[in-house]
Amino acid sequence: MSTKLEQLAAKVGAALGERAASLTAARGELTLVVKAADYAASARMLRDREDLAFEQLVDLCGVDYSAYGDGAWTGPRFAVVAHLLSLRHNWRLRLRTFAPDDAFPLVASLIDVWPSADWFEREAFDFFGIVFAGHPDLRRILTDYGFIGHPFRKDFPLSGQVEMRYDPERKRVVYQPVTIEPREVTPRVIREEQYGESGG
Amino acid sequence: MAEIRNYTLNFGPQHPAAHGVLRLVLEMDGEVIMRADPHIGLLHRATEKLAEHKTYVQSLPYMDRLDYVSMMCNEHAYCMAVEKLLGIGIPVRAQHIRVMFDEITRILNHLLWLGTHGLDIGAMTMFLYCFREREDLLDCYEAVSGARMHAAYYRPGGVYRDLPDTMPQYQASPYRSAREVARLNEARSGSLLDFIERFVERFPQRVDEYETLLTENRIWKQRTVGIGVVSPERAVARGFTGPMLRGSGVAWDLRKKQPYAAYDKVDFDVPVGVNGDCYDRYLVRMEEMRQSARIVRQCIDWLRANPGPVIVDDHKVAPPSRVAMKSNMEELIHHFKLFTEGIHVPPGEAYAAVEHPKGEFGIYFVSDGANKPYRMKIRPPGFAHLSAMDEITRGHMLADVVAIIGTLDIVFGEIDR
Repeated sequence: MSTKLEQLAAKVGAALGERAASLTAARGELTLVVKAADYAASARMLRDREDLAFEQLVDLCGVDYSAYGDGAWTGPRFAVVAHLLSLRHNWRLRLRTFAPDDAFPLVASLIDVWPSADWFEREAFDFFGIVFAGHPDLRRILTDYGFIGHPFRKDFPLSGQVEMRYDPERKRVVYQPVTIEPREVTPRVIREEQYGESGG
Repeated sequence: MAEIRNYTLNFGPQHPAAHGVLRLVLEMDGEVIMRADPHIGLLHRATEKLAEHKTYVQSLPYMDRLDYVSMMCNEHAYCMAVEKLLGIGIPVRAQHIRVMFDEITRILNHLLWLGTHGLDIGAMTMFLYCFREREDLLDCYEAVSGARMHAAYYRPGGVYRDLPDTMPQYQASPYRSAREVARLNEARSGSLLDFIERFVERFPQRVDEYETLLTENRIWKQRTVGIGVVSPERAVARGFTGPMLRGSGVAWDLRKKQPYAAYDKVDFDVPVGVNGDCYDRYLVRMEEMRQSARIVRQCIDWLRANPGPVIVDDHKVAPPSRVAMKSNMEELIHHFKLFTEGIHVPPGEAYAAVEHPKGEFGIYFVSDGANKPYRMKIRPPGFAHLSAMDEITRGHMLADVVAIIGTLDIVFGEIDR
């Protein structure tokens, strides 16, 4: 398999040339990072070139890197990660791009290249507030009607902001601020480099 | 001259044919669908966000609750992704157990799909037959994990425990006579493998029986042939996977193309459709059930002949045995650290996908080296299928929408996550 991965890496590298900001192979997977400006054009090239032929967009998701490594992250906050699959050549590629502006994350939509990006982009917009330029119908998809905020951002609390209950006096459901306390049973731990090595 | 207008129809979320909580907003011209807008998210539980706040072992049981009719396949993708991040392999016996239960799960899923799809378009009997068979398979789940549905049986590094030598027995009760209990327990006298073997012996004939009810049935064909046709090009472009893709004539199956676990060691065929309509997808799924039985059969023979460990011996990943834990200080510490702090995985990212009964089910992890995932993304097959709803239903009659929802095989646990 590794030779196939090298073959793919060589082809992607040759096809994209300068556009590829980084191309790394790890754990049998190839990850391509492109600049937001080159994102849509690179995607189109990955699909259309005969020797690459990524006909299918399997998955697309947003990632919020703001808390990565407990504050060690210095790059842009939001990224869009797409998983591509070529049925013809039987290989996969991960395509990532970072949104340049943290306050208003904007990347191009891939809906013209792969129609399956439609709902996946709506989901990334809903959860992270990443705006996809060129998407014809960028509505919320999984959250409630009238939901405020983007719940998968790292600064959004796990318990949410509002809860819903039935109000017997007004005879309808009402929203109110959450009453449950956030509780973390197992703390999040990143072990230091030499953890567990003797002589420390 | 009366003014003729399109009108909008709200279908669901409380509709028996909506397979859960699908709300469809349909724009109709008479009885013809002009536009279908699925509103989803009514079952959204933010599994991915919850997983960011749980250790790798703690969020495993959430996987059962995603696609709650193919529980173990979800777990398989999750465990594979964790194993990929950790860079560990699993024992061969665990691989075969996983393959066997994946295929049992596939039969479970397809039986439920067949029953409800039949029910939706007027074949009431199928539902009862399918649930009769499902009952035995759920007993296998129970025997191996203690739970009939939400098994949490696969673990990173293998499976939780080896296959049991006995099956749970029925007990006499005021509602069940001794003779009835003896009849029910007759098949349960041997080991789990004996029980499964009896099942796969008779199951292909049962599938033949179902086919006599449906395959040449005039009403069934009227409702499915030529309905919801998807061309192979569109199926690929819309991100279709699994039977939805194969029904359109694309021979793509991850079990063959990118084999995982022990799928490269078993022999099976991949059925492929021709026309890409509901009827072809029905035929594909029926054949898949037979093929699954065939794979299970091979796994039984292998598992009988090859005893061995079922989970890795690395106590940073899998807990030590109870006996070792209670008699050895080192193992006690391992046990304590594993269940309080969890597995520590190296930083990086991994995507692992399995051929789930519905299509490609993938788990994407981003890890920053903590004991919890930094980001988990579930790639649900049904999400991509449902997103093509508008394209498939356009121009069809309202009654065909029900047939198309059925053929998509959607389960809201995975679509809404």
